[in-house]
Amino acid sequence: MKHSSFFWFILPTATAMLLFIALPIISVLIQSVHTPHDAVLIETENCGPFGCTTATTIDQEATRALRDEKPLGKFVGLDIYFDRGHLAIDEVAETWANADSLGQFFSDLNNLPFYRAMAFTLTFTFSVTPLMLVFGLMIALGVNALHQRIKGVLIFFSLLPMIVSPLIGSLVLFWMIDSRGIFGSALQWLFDDPDLSLKASTGLTWIMLIVYGVWHAAPFSFIVFYAGLQTLPQDTLESAQIDGASRWQQVRYVIVPHLMPLITFVALIQLMDNFRVFEPIVGFNSEAHAASLSWFIFNDLGGETRLLSSAATSSVLTIIGVSILLTPVLIRTWRDFNAKS
Amino acid sequence: MFLKKLTLAGAAILMSGSAMAACNIDGRVSIVGNEFPAIHAVADGAKACSGGEVKANLTADHQKINVAGMTGNPAEYTSAIIANSSIVALMNEDVIRPLDDLVAKHGQSLKPNQLIKINGEVMAVAFMANAQHLVYRSDVLEKAGIQPPKTYEDMLAGAEIIRSKGLMQYPLGGAYKAGWNLAQEFTNMYIGHGGEFFKPGSAEVSINNAQGVATLEMLKALSGYMNPDFLTHDSNATSAEWKAGNVAMMNMWGSRMGPLKDPEQSTAEVVATTTLAAPMTVGGGSTPATTLWWDGWTVAKNVSDADAEATFLAMMNGINPNRLDDEMAPLAVWLIDGYEPTPAAVGVFAAANMNATPYPMLPYQGLLHTALGAEIVDFMQGKESAEKALADVEAAYTAAAREKGFLN
Amino acid sequence: MSQSYSLAMKRQPLGLKLLIWGFISLWLVIAAFPFLWTLWGSFKMEPDFFSKADWFNAILAPRTIEEHGTAFIGDGYHGAWVQEEFWKAVINTTLVCFFVVCTSLTIGTLGGYALSRSSYRYTFWLLITALIFRAMPPITLVAGYLLPFFEWNLWGHLTTTVIVLVAINQPFTLWMLHSFFQKIPKDLDESAKVDGCTQFQAFRHVIIPVMWPGVITTGLFSFLLAYNDFAVTSMLLSKENQTMVPKIASFLGTTQTEGNVMFAVSAVVSATAPLFILVLFFQRQIVSGLTQGAVKG
Repeated sequence: MKHSSFFWFILPTATAMLLFIALPIISVLIQSVHTPHDAVLIETENCGPFGCTTATTIDQEATRALRDEKPLGKFVGLDIYFDRGHLAIDEVAETWANADSLGQFFSDLNNLPFYRAMAFTLTFTFSVTPLMLVFGLMIALGVNALHQRIKGVLIFFSLLPMIVSPLIGSLVLFWMIDSRGIFGSALQWLFDDPDLSLKASTGLTWIMLIVYGVWHAAPFSFIVFYAGLQTLPQDTLESAQIDGASRWQQVRYVIVPHLMPLITFVALIQLMDNFRVFEPIVGFNSEAHAASLSWFIFNDLGGETRLLSSAATSSVLTIIGVSILLTPVLIRTWRDFNAKS
Repeated sequence: MFLKKLTLAGAAILMSGSAMAACNIDGRVSIVGNEFPAIHAVADGAKACSGGEVKANLTADHQKINVAGMTGNPAEYTSAIIANSSIVALMNEDVIRPLDDLVAKHGQSLKPNQLIKINGEVMAVAFMANAQHLVYRSDVLEKAGIQPPKTYEDMLAGAEIIRSKGLMQYPLGGAYKAGWNLAQEFTNMYIGHGGEFFKPGSAEVSINNAQGVATLEMLKALSGYMNPDFLTHDSNATSAEWKAGNVAMMNMWGSRMGPLKDPEQSTAEVVATTTLAAPMTVGGGSTPATTLWWDGWTVAKNVSDADAEATFLAMMNGINPNRLDDEMAPLAVWLIDGYEPTPAAVGVFAAANMNATPYPMLPYQGLLHTALGAEIVDFMQGKESAEKALADVEAAYTAAAREKGFLN
Repeated sequence: MSQSYSLAMKRQPLGLKLLIWGFISLWLVIAAFPFLWTLWGSFKMEPDFFSKADWFNAILAPRTIEEHGTAFIGDGYHGAWVQEEFWKAVINTTLVCFFVVCTSLTIGTLGGYALSRSSYRYTFWLLITALIFRAMPPITLVAGYLLPFFEWNLWGHLTTTVIVLVAINQPFTLWMLHSFFQKIPKDLDESAKVDGCTQFQAFRHVIIPVMWPGVITTGLFSFLLAYNDFAVTSMLLSKENQTMVPKIASFLGTTQTEGNVMFAVSAVVSATAPLFILVLFFQRQIVSGLTQGAVKG
């Protein structure tokens, strides 16, 4: 394709992405290396329904002068990246120096928000992604082996976990897993432990979030793999059968290689989405046990005093994290691309 | 004193009669605020005005959009409904205007204690008050043979008796959800212990002290008598526990009392025995371990004077004493002239009469609140010591305050 | 082709058949149970469905029977649809979804087609850039939009939300459509160009007629994204333009008011019903669509 026609074809979508994604990313990058100016504080007397108190407040006149001079704020370089809320360079170094053993070091590291969030996020990502791939493939193989007529209904019900809005997750599921809800009670009965509560311990909360993650994402891999199965070349499968391949061998050596490009695609999207896990944490009120970078951003932006630079920094760290996570897959795509052209 | 003012005001309304003043405005009014019923009632009053367009965007996300929505010129929102914690964000960004001239012109019916003065200027008009206070089940306490607690120490002892008599496994309740709620409980308890959050006159935090440790120990001790899921229970979940009859005593928001006493929402037994009481003290202190809150409205800075005046008039109509009918009155503890306290308001009044501390209106209090909500969770789960948790809070706060330019 | 594959699979020993049936039934229960539970519960009163005393109340509904004399009530639906005017949100959602899908597919198709037909290095880098763009957390993007949107008076309108949703979802759309187009033989449009067509004419007369299955599948994903979105719609729409998901969230709010919770439950059930019809209607297209191109990493 000629450069000029390529340009015109790509122009609308590129414009949309430039305006609404690229520009915000640039502004976020700028924001992440700036902080608000030092606030000029003054002592004032504040009065309200409950009497008067002496308190400090910001001197708007003085602060405005600073702001007008440098509207972006104070340039701080990578300070925010390295502060305690993010990479916590100083604290990590201190922990390293004070720790007697490696175990001690990691347990102290777990006290820093960023590393604690990473511990959960990576566990979540690397359990949910493979599980949902395997689970989705199994459902796809199963549904595919069933009768044509009932497939429509089967597909709808299989899609439900993906399309039922996250709101219902936070409301109905949260109640169902309560220690007096239907799942909670069932588990107590199953494990014969009347005090069992999924919400009270960190380990169980993680398991709960992972199970929810797989449940929520399996339909996506199911529908993609199911479609992929429809394109399976029949002769390859038949020749494998003639060669006496068992069903397991057919799946292992014929079906999975055929689906490989799809598996890569789903893995790519899922690695990214799971790394940014957010909705289940808020939905299940599990802030006490699990956090992620996306949750940090939410917390920074949702507080009474918003931390814009901190949120910007967490966003940039998310992009960097996703890039690192996707590198192996991207290298593979690069090779495929070069092989093709 | 607070109570007396309100009852005096109550007499005033009887005399003022029910002549509904017509509200005519000449300008644009657009309100942003939280979405609980009392605020809806105020916004509906503002919407009753004729002559100009009145819009209201009442949403749980109001704090995320109010600053942005008031920054442009002209601002999208001409008024934001806020509380003493959230006015700070608007003050910090300098998007609300002083109301002294408008109060002088149109605010004769406002009582002096409704005016929120910061640095001598009226920045907001408060219309309702709120506070957390004790609620207990009189029947359970009677069965256990204990008096309603006056202090948190009593509460602990009572909880132990209720548990040991086999009346309830988890007799206490509380909104201890990690994050804002838990931080609020810390704030209450720390104030009850007589603690100071900051070094005088500076933004430097100082909570890693004896009061801080005592506060955490008390919260931990109380949580031992709560449902083990307490770190996921916000006020909605805690109220639900109460309505289900699972809890005998809790420290709860006054604004939540209406539903607890509503016979449609719970069993007759729970509704009849739910009793409101004054907030408790702790550690031998005399200041109750609670904070006083107000909700009020502001007027945007970046709007024309005509729109600001229209907004002021519309909001005044929203809190017009004549609108305090049987439907609106029970929705909140109103600061409005002519409000007669309903039975659901007893706790909040008791808190005010005990000279409870208002929630601090400091530019950096929100940062400390967020840091508390995130960092004391480990202690509550028994994963680290109180001193370590408090040191973590201080470190997290310091990082945030540095970023915002409050500390160097 | 799918027929013969199914036939091949039909020669299953009984044990395997049972295993498949067992597994699929189990999956259906896991997948559909929370929804069916919600459907059942939407006809109860809140103290029953969300009973903190005993989950069995949700099934027997003692309080609902006590108050209303019957175990099935439509109060939640009445409240949501009549009192809270949920239908307005339905109209808004319909508008948003329709325009998101149309715009997204139009510009995505053009872009995806170009990416699949150009073999220069920059196409690879464009695809990678799109992927990196997708890594940006939507909440940050939305927080960044607020100020300029308020300033330029763009906030609150359905149009703005449609454009933002289209833009945010473009990376995904582009990747998927790009893969579909790669599966359409290049000879088709190359020969049209030899016959004297411009690139666009080749696209219009040769590619458009054969691209529908892939486009419909991508459209379904765009539709679901717009339909389910909360991060963007909750922050960028004014009250009167609210779509269904933020509307449902507003029934809940921070202070849950009695009864409103059941409005939300009923509204969620109502919001899922059209999807049922849609999936049944399009299931053949979804499958045949992916069959044509399949997404390729």
